[in-house]
Amino acid sequence: MTGSDILEVTHLSMTFGGIRAVSDLSFTAGRGAITALIGPNGAGKTTVFNCITGFYKPTTGMIRLVHDDNRDFLLERLFDFRIAKRARVARTFQNIRLFSGMTLLENLMVAQHNPLMRASGFTVLGLFGAPGYRAAERAAIDRARHWLDRIGLIARADDAAGNLPYGDQRRLEIARAMCTEPALLCLDEPAAGLNARESEALGELLLSIRGDTGTSLLLIEHDMSVVMGISDRIVVLDHGVRIAEGTPKEIRDDPRVIAAYLGSDEEDAVAEMEGSA
Amino acid sequence: MDYFAQQLINGIALGSIYGLIAIGYTMVYGIVGMINFAHGDIFMIGGFIALISFLVLVSIGVTAVPVVLLLVLIVAMATTALYGWTVERIAYRPLRHSFRLAPMLSAIGMSFVLSNFSQVSQGARIKSIAPIITGGYTLFETGGFAVRLSNIQIFIVLTTVALLLAFSWLVGRTRLGRDMRACEQDQTMAALLGVDVDRTISMTFVIGAALASVAGLMYLLYYGVVDFFMGFVAGIKAFTAAVLGGIGSLPGAMLGGLAIGLIETFWAAYFSSEYKDVAAFSILIVVLIFLPTGLLGRPEVEKV
Amino acid sequence: MAHPSSDTHSAAPPHGFAFILRRALISAAIALVLFALMIGVRTEAGPTGVLIYWTRFGDLAALVGAVFVGSIIVELIRTFLGPVEIARRVPDGLRNGLSALRRFAVPALLVFAVLIPVIFYQQRYILDLSILVLTYVMLGWGLNIVVGLAGLLDLGYVAFYAVGAYSYALLSTTFGLSFWICLPLAGILAAFWGMMLGFPVLRLKGDYLAIVTLAFGEIIRIVLLNWQSLTGGPNGISGIPRPTAFGIPLTAGPDGLAARLGIPFSPTHRIVFLFYLILALALLTNWATIRLRRLPIGRAWEALREDEVACRALGINTVVTKLTAFALGAMFGGFAGAFFATRQGFISPESFSFQESALVLAIVVLGGMGSQLGVALAAVAMIGGFELFRGFDQYRMLVFGVAMVLLMIWRPRGLIGHRAPSVYLARRDAIAADLVKEGHG
Repeated sequence: MTGSDILEVTHLSMTFGGIRAVSDLSFTAGRGAITALIGPNGAGKTTVFNCITGFYKPTTGMIRLVHDDNRDFLLERLFDFRIAKRARVARTFQNIRLFSGMTLLENLMVAQHNPLMRASGFTVLGLFGAPGYRAAERAAIDRARHWLDRIGLIARADDAAGNLPYGDQRRLEIARAMCTEPALLCLDEPAAGLNARESEALGELLLSIRGDTGTSLLLIEHDMSVVMGISDRIVVLDHGVRIAEGTPKEIRDDPRVIAAYLGSDEEDAVAEMEGSA
Repeated sequence: MDYFAQQLINGIALGSIYGLIAIGYTMVYGIVGMINFAHGDIFMIGGFIALISFLVLVSIGVTAVPVVLLLVLIVAMATTALYGWTVERIAYRPLRHSFRLAPMLSAIGMSFVLSNFSQVSQGARIKSIAPIITGGYTLFETGGFAVRLSNIQIFIVLTTVALLLAFSWLVGRTRLGRDMRACEQDQTMAALLGVDVDRTISMTFVIGAALASVAGLMYLLYYGVVDFFMGFVAGIKAFTAAVLGGIGSLPGAMLGGLAIGLIETFWAAYFSSEYKDVAAFSILIVVLIFLPTGLLGRPEVEKV
Repeated sequence: MAHPSSDTHSAAPPHGFAFILRRALISAAIALVLFALMIGVRTEAGPTGVLIYWTRFGDLAALVGAVFVGSIIVELIRTFLGPVEIARRVPDGLRNGLSALRRFAVPALLVFAVLIPVIFYQQRYILDLSILVLTYVMLGWGLNIVVGLAGLLDLGYVAFYAVGAYSYALLSTTFGLSFWICLPLAGILAAFWGMMLGFPVLRLKGDYLAIVTLAFGEIIRIVLLNWQSLTGGPNGISGIPRPTAFGIPLTAGPDGLAARLGIPFSPTHRIVFLFYLILALALLTNWATIRLRRLPIGRAWEALREDEVACRALGINTVVTKLTAFALGAMFGGFAGAFFATRQGFISPESFSFQESALVLAIVVLGGMGSQLGVALAAVAMIGGFELFRGFDQYRMLVFGVAMVLLMIWRPRGLIGHRAPSVYLARRDAIAADLVKEGHG
């Protein structure tokens, strides 16, 4: 791990009742960079995410996260909510998990729970309307407004999240994750179900997030146009094992990846990789 | 030691009754994913039907014990099964795809309806009958304490075993059993493949109620009493048995029933009988917290 | 009784009379089998103690006939209204009416509540009934925090009501502490119990949580019943001190409030005082709930109800969040319990049965989970409806059960199922009920 890496995964293995979903995986994610985790279905990508964000406890291995100020966290030892709260790792979900019965604004307010809790004196001060809490709440609303603006949904701020079209829900989930001010943002297939134009807009959003906030991104994605277009580095998984790592160009030219990614049908694989270039 | 052996026998008899009720819980939970809060009262109704049909049969001159028992068993199973069907039809089916709390509350409502229906129609007082199956064997006797195995205990255990065998055959070997297992896995898919989901769910309630009525009959024979409120506590205990065995697992329900019967009997024998229900409830809590999938249940991995 | 409430086949065009008759006959046949033994034969212990029986074929025939006729009526209505279910039709109108009335209804109801002792000063019965209704409104609002906001299914809420009542009864009878010292203590003790019971069970979901809380409620009741030396067992605790108006007793003596104010003493003073006490306690619960909903903790509760996994991914400590909901709900239950004890002057385990928990839960669900107004309306309807059957005591629980079943079928999402956002930028539109989740814990 060099000083410029934010996340270091070493010898990570995860077993479910005899089935090895991830085996002896090591990789790093660069600070302020976009790292993509790709691989065919069932390669163990989401399992890696669940280990990083604490929803699973890895069978073996170490996951180390280092903040800008050199404070480091061993994520495999932290509870899921502490990973989000202390280590500031935020994530989105493959099958979107919004608070569908709450408005867009409320979704983004819930994301700022921890700072708001402190500001409300753990509810006691807030209950009696202390001015400090009011100011903090206004600031939180402003931050929510900022992110709604960025994802272009400010006009729908007071609508229920469950009423949004699919693509908007994906963006809202990203905005919600960003409201926690993460050091590392993990995105699980953010482009799934989006059309070509939406995918392109998503790529731009992710690049601008990295550019403006300096947040490091780790993403799982099947849409090669997004992956190849925005990633600084790509890690390829197959059957829980890392089979390649490198820049988009290196990955595109790697015959092992092409072979593994679409099985034996090499020509199609090449076509897909080329097509996305 | 003799005292222990006697309690063991008593516990197994009681556990058989709980096991039969527990099967109803586990079946319904397996197929609709909800606790049938009215099931304990179905058991109570079974006991009442058995009592009444017994009285009527004896008064019209049917006195041969095996004949009476067989007739009572048939009448109780048939009538109580219809109660089970009615509960499903009224409290569950209209709410099949609704808000999950609604069927739970309508089932609780149904439980009140059944218990208060018995209270109103048959009176609030405890009803007791003279023992029907008498006699038994003295297994061994030491120091003046005789360990007895009564005929009724033999009857209970034998009937339970017979019913379990019949029931395993039903679930494992028949078309209905296959449909039930299919609905348990995926109702939509089962429906697409031509399984009549409504009918299968109805049958699940019917079979569960029939087994509960046998438990009601056994309870009546064993303790000689029924009352309108007995379904509530027995229901919770049987549910505990289902959870302890692993919800969805039929052998588990029986195993859990035996375990609860034994624990309760030993608790009452060695500690205090006032708190025997507390023992059963505490076990429910402890099992759910530390062993939520039960003894024979499948572990679940949280999907993220 | 056995008529099917929704039937996929009845979506066809209006049925002929033969069809209706056939269905009614089937229903009647089912009723005949169900009731033949339970109604047709009545058992009772005879003079010698041996069970005897007599037949009631007249009652049986009447009941089966009633099912037959009722079934025809239901089928006729259904045919007449076509495939659209009647059950779906009424609520829309009601809901629209409610939302339109809402702005005016809340202040109007509040003013009416405050004026009840003035209007009905002479009618002791109405005052007593209002106190009872308000007690359930408060219990409903308290449980609403747990079930409606946090989405945690609690079937043992009555345990905290009992803890509050016994705390006050024991503290006041043994240590002579006054109501105003005991009230917060009762609330704190109930909250403490809420946390103690809540902590181990919060991993459980849905029906499992429901049955475990039910078991806790029963354990508390059984302990109260059997711990004779402390609780008096089934005899309960009597002679619980009546509340004082902040130290001034409401009695006829020279120290009494009436004497001090120089007005003639009337026993109604105490009733009026109790009324305003429970009104204040209920409004406190309401105020706290409304405030909490707009605070991060309240939003976290609702988020928890919507999606617990997402909450954890956002860094919310779900255990602490659930525990606060449990503890706060329990605290308000404890307050209500203390009030119950001081109002009755006597408590026994009988008052804290599972039926009470089910009643309060029914109020919350019927009200529409999370809606304060809905819960209040549901409490008025349920307790008021209960009172209508005062003369037919033995049928009350039967009718309550039937009502629970029918109300759930009629309105599974409650009277007011939609949800008002806790914060907004421009518009405050209600969120449709079908988007709001019910929680899994």
